[in-house]
Amino acid sequence: MKNPEVSKVTNLSRRKFIVGSAAVAGGGLALGIPLAFDGAGAAAAAAKNATGTGTEVNAWVVIRPDNICVVRIARSEMGQGTETGLAQLVAEELDCGWAHVKTEFPTPGQSLARKRVWGEMGTGGSRGIRTSEDYVRRGAAAARLMLLQAAADQWKVPVAEVSVSDGVITHSASKRTTTYGKVAAAAAKISPPDPKSITLKNPKEWKIAGKPIKRLDTPGKLNGSLVYAIDVKQPGMLCAAIKDCPVFGGKLTSYDEAKIAGRPGVRRVVKVNDSTVAVVADTWWHAKTALDALPIVWDEGPNAAQSSVTIAERLKEGLTATSAYAFRNEGDAPKAIEGAAKKVEAVYSTPFLAHSTMEPMNCTAKVTADRAEVWVPTQNGEAALAALSEETGLPLEKCEVYKHVLGGGFGRRGGAQDYVRQAASIAKQMPGVPIKLIWSREEDTTHDFFRPISQCRGVAGLDADGNLVALHVRVSGQSINAFQNSPQAKDGKDDRQMQGYTDKPGDAQLGYTVPNLLIEYAMRNTHVPVGPWRGVNTNQNAVYMECFIDEVARAAGADPVEFRRKLMVNHPKHLAVLNAAAEKAEWGKPLPPGVHRGVAQFMGYGSYSAAVAEVSVSNEGKVKVHRMVLALNCGHAVNPGQIAAQVEGSVAFGLTATLYGECPVENGRMTSKNFDAYEILRLGEMPKIETVIVPTYDFWGGVGEPTICVVAPSVLNAIAAATGKPVRSLPLKNVKLLNA
Amino acid sequence: MAKLNINGKVHDVQAEDDTPLLWVIREQVGLTGTKYGCGVAQCGACSVHINGEIRRSCSIPLSAVKAGDRIVTIEGLSATGAHPVQKAWAELDVPQCGYCQSGQIMAAAALLKKNPRPSDTDIDEAMTNICRCGTYQRIRAAMHLAAETAGKSKA
Repeated sequence: MKNPEVSKVTNLSRRKFIVGSAAVAGGGLALGIPLAFDGAGAAAAAAKNATGTGTEVNAWVVIRPDNICVVRIARSEMGQGTETGLAQLVAEELDCGWAHVKTEFPTPGQSLARKRVWGEMGTGGSRGIRTSEDYVRRGAAAARLMLLQAAADQWKVPVAEVSVSDGVITHSASKRTTTYGKVAAAAAKISPPDPKSITLKNPKEWKIAGKPIKRLDTPGKLNGSLVYAIDVKQPGMLCAAIKDCPVFGGKLTSYDEAKIAGRPGVRRVVKVNDSTVAVVADTWWHAKTALDALPIVWDEGPNAAQSSVTIAERLKEGLTATSAYAFRNEGDAPKAIEGAAKKVEAVYSTPFLAHSTMEPMNCTAKVTADRAEVWVPTQNGEAALAALSEETGLPLEKCEVYKHVLGGGFGRRGGAQDYVRQAASIAKQMPGVPIKLIWSREEDTTHDFFRPISQCRGVAGLDADGNLVALHVRVSGQSINAFQNSPQAKDGKDDRQMQGYTDKPGDAQLGYTVPNLLIEYAMRNTHVPVGPWRGVNTNQNAVYMECFIDEVARAAGADPVEFRRKLMVNHPKHLAVLNAAAEKAEWGKPLPPGVHRGVAQFMGYGSYSAAVAEVSVSNEGKVKVHRMVLALNCGHAVNPGQIAAQVEGSVAFGLTATLYGECPVENGRMTSKNFDAYEILRLGEMPKIETVIVPTYDFWGGVGEPTICVVAPSVLNAIAAATGKPVRSLPLKNVKLLNA
Repeated sequence: MAKLNINGKVHDVQAEDDTPLLWVIREQVGLTGTKYGCGVAQCGACSVHINGEIRRSCSIPLSAVKAGDRIVTIEGLSATGAHPVQKAWAELDVPQCGYCQSGQIMAAAALLKKNPRPSDTDIDEAMTNICRCGTYQRIRAAMHLAAETAGKSKA
């Protein structure tokens, strides 16, 4: 234990201190290292990468003399509320009082320099909280123990005699008090406890976590002051507009730069890569209009022959092909179907979908001979760092990424970081000049990594009493892992495409027990780039399973909720959530004339979801969704207010896909380019949403994605109840509905 | 050179006549609270007030703006961020990613100025901006709250 009198440590040269303490870094917690957020470049970073005169107690907690506790947030904030939720977990274990909490986002370069002390930065798969809650809570608890020890040392009393509340430390026997701000410097020098030895608080005793506390990031979103990456300004900055070959896999042949030479503000035309050209100008509007006027010759290649029709044919072939990957094979489903009293069969399809983040893809890059920096909205800061390094050829330690709050992510801004590569390529060709690349909405909608397309064939066998004795489901469609060249997609197998159908508990388990069950996957890839998309795979797979189960229930003459309950006795958590939704929605109680209910339940991203939709279909076939009840068991509920917000948002996301979402392919390219063709749900179409959170406090599940997947099937099942006819393909705008 | 009155201040701007007002505001004047979302007046992220009317600035050429026109952007909606709409948005934690919210707030403020107690149908018809995060339910509730609080403060 060191002499605690060095409270002046905050005034020492932090840079020097870091060098002296570098050896301590590594492992789960790097302690006693005030971090130099005032280093070169950092001052110009996102507003949240703030500088401050605080003492770093450990990697997660910096304490300022005024008792402000700065909580480090490694994950990206894109609207899902993870910044606030993680801060709540830290504040809970730290006992610092919520009013004292501020946050900042360490940069990927800083993390790398400290042997990835902040762990995983990638933010996707609804993992932001559930896969970091343990180490951030342990980090916060370790900081609390060190702060208490520092006070005890100062008073020369046993640490067991001191306590803390709202950042005020008390020794009640001697009636002495001090604050976190006063002992932080001494605490930073104390040997940290072994994180594994720490007992975390029982979540049932939480006072800050578990509460519907307001988001920390709201004020800047109300007055235009929050600086998104698209708003970044740099001295001497130029702007770039970009065009990729409209046909995926095509190439850039040539362009006629002379034709736009005299246009206002234009500085350069840049070949970005084999298929992409950019115009650089003084403003983005000048760059964009010049690019529109630039004659470009493309080599569209063989993919120009592809279309929605050719793709659908390929998928359809997969539904009945002799060979497919048997993901689950229990009993003998084909034989049991053969001998069943009643056979039900249906074929479903779901289209490609774009993400359409409201903030289009963008990235500002500055590259010199020995340094590369980007200011970027990214769900994966470390992937952005790697992309920057690869594109510029500079080693990782000479690269830095300033993560801005994202204007939407939804899986688009995860691993690929294509827009970072593009901006870096342009900036590398114009050394020292900051280049702000902004995609037009048209570029954004047509050059996405789309939600993969698929079809599904379901066949079921019922016995004479209407019991489901056999279920055969085959999905034919594109694999994200195959597109990404992941080794997880091999020999036509890709378990990831089967999300929601597994028998393994934990992440995306099927909630039904069927004696004879065959679930297959026929991988049928296309030339269209695909990727994660908020709730991907569970969204499509829930439509297939939950609409088909409803059809089977109808064939059995059973109530859809009762029919499911019988299949769910071995899956009590799934069943409890179904029951919670059914109860809140008053399933079975009469509705106003013309209004019908539909139900769905599914598991994905670590959580259990169920929905009941109340829908009417007009005589003209127009659908109106009046009310939706969604139930969610996400294990622990860190911020119920934000969970409700995510559930509400997931309904808008899911309904957009149900009603409108579709990216058709013609001549190898996407034909929907902007919101007039790729329609998004608007306020007037939003149903009344009631969220029922039923946490069981025995696991950590995701929140941002899980409930989307039950939206479409519950609405489609309600439509079937209204019209008497099942809907088997999305979106609804292409389906002619007639009221029964 | 054109003169624009934005948030009560006159700016001399250098831009071609066909430059959309959005890009003049963002790139010439330097106010970035007004957002680009689609460029074709579909999403409303670029919404501003011109002489009190809600307008989508991405589709208004500079030549269509007169020197006497009063343009208000999100930065000028209130000096202290205390407009009833902003307060209600904070109270109900409306924003998620926040990118569309400048436009949503401007649209809400314009409606409430004309129609201090809008019905749900009035809100449905006036609030056509896109929010991809799906904050619509809270936008509606916050508009009713703003109408209530504004009504009370006047009473």
